[in-house]
Amino acid sequence: MRLARVLVPVVILSLVALMFGQVVAAAGFPEKPITYMICFDPGGESDITARLQQKYLEDVLKTKVVITYKVGGGGAVGWSELIRSKPDGYTIAGDNLPHTILQPMQRGDAGYTTEQLKRVYCFESTPCALVVKKDSPFKTLDDFIAFAKKNPGAVTLGGSGSWTANHLGTIELEKAAGVKLTYIPFTGSGSATPALLGGHVTGLMTYTTMAAQQLDKFRILAVAAPKRSAVFPDAPTFRELGYDIVEGAYRGVSVPPNTPDNIVKILADAFEKVNKNPEFAKKMAELAFDLEFMGPAEYTKFIQTRKAYYTDLLKDMDIKQ
Amino acid sequence: MNTALTGILQILSPGVLLLMLGGTVIGLVAGALPGISATMAVALLVPFTFSMPAISGLALLGAIYMSAIYGGCFSAILINTPGTPSSIGTCFDGYPMARQGRGQQAIIVATVASVLGGLFGVAALAFLAPPLANVALKFGPPEYFWVAIFGLTIIATLCSKSLIKGIMGGLLGLLISTIGIAPIGGDVRFTFHTPALQGGVELVGTLIGLFCLPEVLSMILDGSRTYETVDVKQSKGVFGTTFRQVLAQPMNLLTSSVIGTVVGIIPGAGGSIANLVAYNEAMRSSKHPEKFGTGIIDGVIATETANNATVGGGLIPLLTLGVPGTPVDAVIYAGLLIHGLRPGAELFTRFADVTYGFIFSLFIATLMMLPVGLLLGTALHKLVSKLSIRILAPSIMFLSIIGSYAIRNNIMDVWVMLICGVIGFMLKMLKVDPAPVVLGLILGPLAEAGLVQGLLMGRASGMGWRLFFTRPVSLLLLAMSVFSLVWPIISAQIRRRRAKEVGTGA
Repeated sequence: MRLARVLVPVVILSLVALMFGQVVAAAGFPEKPITYMICFDPGGESDITARLQQKYLEDVLKTKVVITYKVGGGGAVGWSELIRSKPDGYTIAGDNLPHTILQPMQRGDAGYTTEQLKRVYCFESTPCALVVKKDSPFKTLDDFIAFAKKNPGAVTLGGSGSWTANHLGTIELEKAAGVKLTYIPFTGSGSATPALLGGHVTGLMTYTTMAAQQLDKFRILAVAAPKRSAVFPDAPTFRELGYDIVEGAYRGVSVPPNTPDNIVKILADAFEKVNKNPEFAKKMAELAFDLEFMGPAEYTKFIQTRKAYYTDLLKDMDIKQ
Repeated sequence: MNTALTGILQILSPGVLLLMLGGTVIGLVAGALPGISATMAVALLVPFTFSMPAISGLALLGAIYMSAIYGGCFSAILINTPGTPSSIGTCFDGYPMARQGRGQQAIIVATVASVLGGLFGVAALAFLAPPLANVALKFGPPEYFWVAIFGLTIIATLCSKSLIKGIMGGLLGLLISTIGIAPIGGDVRFTFHTPALQGGVELVGTLIGLFCLPEVLSMILDGSRTYETVDVKQSKGVFGTTFRQVLAQPMNLLTSSVIGTVVGIIPGAGGSIANLVAYNEAMRSSKHPEKFGTGIIDGVIATETANNATVGGGLIPLLTLGVPGTPVDAVIYAGLLIHGLRPGAELFTRFADVTYGFIFSLFIATLMMLPVGLLLGTALHKLVSKLSIRILAPSIMFLSIIGSYAIRNNIMDVWVMLICGVIGFMLKMLKVDPAPVVLGLILGPLAEAGLVQGLLMGRASGMGWRLFFTRPVSLLLLAMSVFSLVWPIISAQIRRRRAKEVGTGA
């Protein structure tokens, strides 16, 4: 009897706690350290950004932010683990576009679907940039296109991986300019750089961040952004030159599906506050990252638009849908 | 030159030196623990350097980098598990030495060789960086393909006793390396609907499984009570004698240093390849190649000299061109960028104080490894050799599981490690060397990417596959591969003939 007298309230209380658990958790969120999972190698763009955010995030959220790495499959290993993690906001992961749209599209089973990642905030983008070496005969995009038109397939463009922003940027350029290029995928944006420096490829479809690191050796023919970059204001955009190409990688954070909206909002507000910190913004600008300010709803909507666009773009290509 | 001097003086302040000493200890421990690679150790410390002046931060990272590469030798020697992939070859002779009761000698050899190799690489960085950097750019996709093929020819030397078994192992490794997302094209291969396998099979878990588990199992099955199979009294003055023994092999030290530095310069390669190439070369040029693998110091000298020489070598293309030579360099690159230091000519002019200070700090860090490494190494050796197998075997198992999980926080890697352990044990019973499997696993992705990228380049240029046979560096690597493949066969025949002559003469 006495046991029952103790047990019954305990059970009832536990049930109540379970039912209101999410609400209770949100009220005090965050109460313990947050794990910020990076799905790419240390030293890459995602890692650099997270390391810079870490301190400011800790100030805003008033808790520790622990960065861990879950690398493999172009990010897919980490994302497929994220969607299986506890939806309590204490596990967040950096997510990337177009990776999280194209992997489920192309691989059939990537271990996650685009919609399973609950988007929190998109904080930066790195537009694609078409670059050649300083001593290249191609002084402008027109020179480049004219040569490619005369020699179909002879122009080689290095870039980071297959079905990435670099790869798609190349496909979009081929379509817009009516040329045939040979895209050569490398294992990361970093490993494509020496291929151009050594003259093994004609040019690179790379990111503005990579171009900014080699300004003394590279010539930027065009940037696939809506407007010119502050780091190299002399480089024109594709749109200015008559080609409607806006392509690049977008980076943000996601949480597991079913994470309560109020927790998502707390996290999104924290990332926005960090983005608006002038000290942080200055560091990001120096590294040629473009800051983005897309909250949960806007980011999710943006992904829907991009998904429709990519489906359309790759319709004629040999890709599983 | 004056600015360079200010940088050097900044390093010599007590605060920075203390920081570097801490970094050396952290690096040694991280390197010795399988599962914490040099890359991970440096990556974890990068955020701590944000608030430091650039020069102190870089000195700390450099010290960790250098000593983590060296620290891998401890577990290689003591428990037959390379602490980092840079010490794979150290197992071959280091572990037999330890079981013969010469563990302390092996650690001293590894320490002295690491320090000398490290100094050589840093000297190359300090004095020859700009001309050597251009070597890195000569390597395009076709050259990477040939580097991988050259690496695979090492099997001919390593497995001269049974080439067929060696080739089988190499092919198995190549096959395992295709698991996951294809490096080019992005196809999903052999994942068996397991999302975690999209990342492929992790090298470190495989190393632990193939090298360490079979040893633990045979320790248990042998029924031996103690770790050392023979009881050897530690002789006094072992450091002095061993030190002289190492210095008595100047050619081995020099070739291994050069191999380490050059492999470090080639982007994407690194210590994991350098140590095996150096072992191969030491064995090939040795007067007694048959003794390799039985516990002679020549092998340990070669691998440990070469892997620490990659540190200076790998920084050459990084600091001059902004091209990381090894995976660790990619993390140091991020550290540089965050401090507003952009690799290139500016680093040697405008920021000469930081750059030369950093290079100088690597010299100091390398020298620090000598006392710190000897102290820690001797202590570790005492611990392992005193423990009863009943405690040692489960402890190693425990560390193996933790280590293979820690490298990527992936439980799949633990399963892979355990499966590799079973395979490794069977291979051991069949007397098949696991080293070719690992070579295949390391070189497979390099060969595949090089081949496909090279074929794409060939198609664009209209040359097709002939591209692989027309570029000078490619041809040089091809010639080296043929030589490396044929030499062990020829030299074995020559030795056999000589033995016959001696036999008939008597």
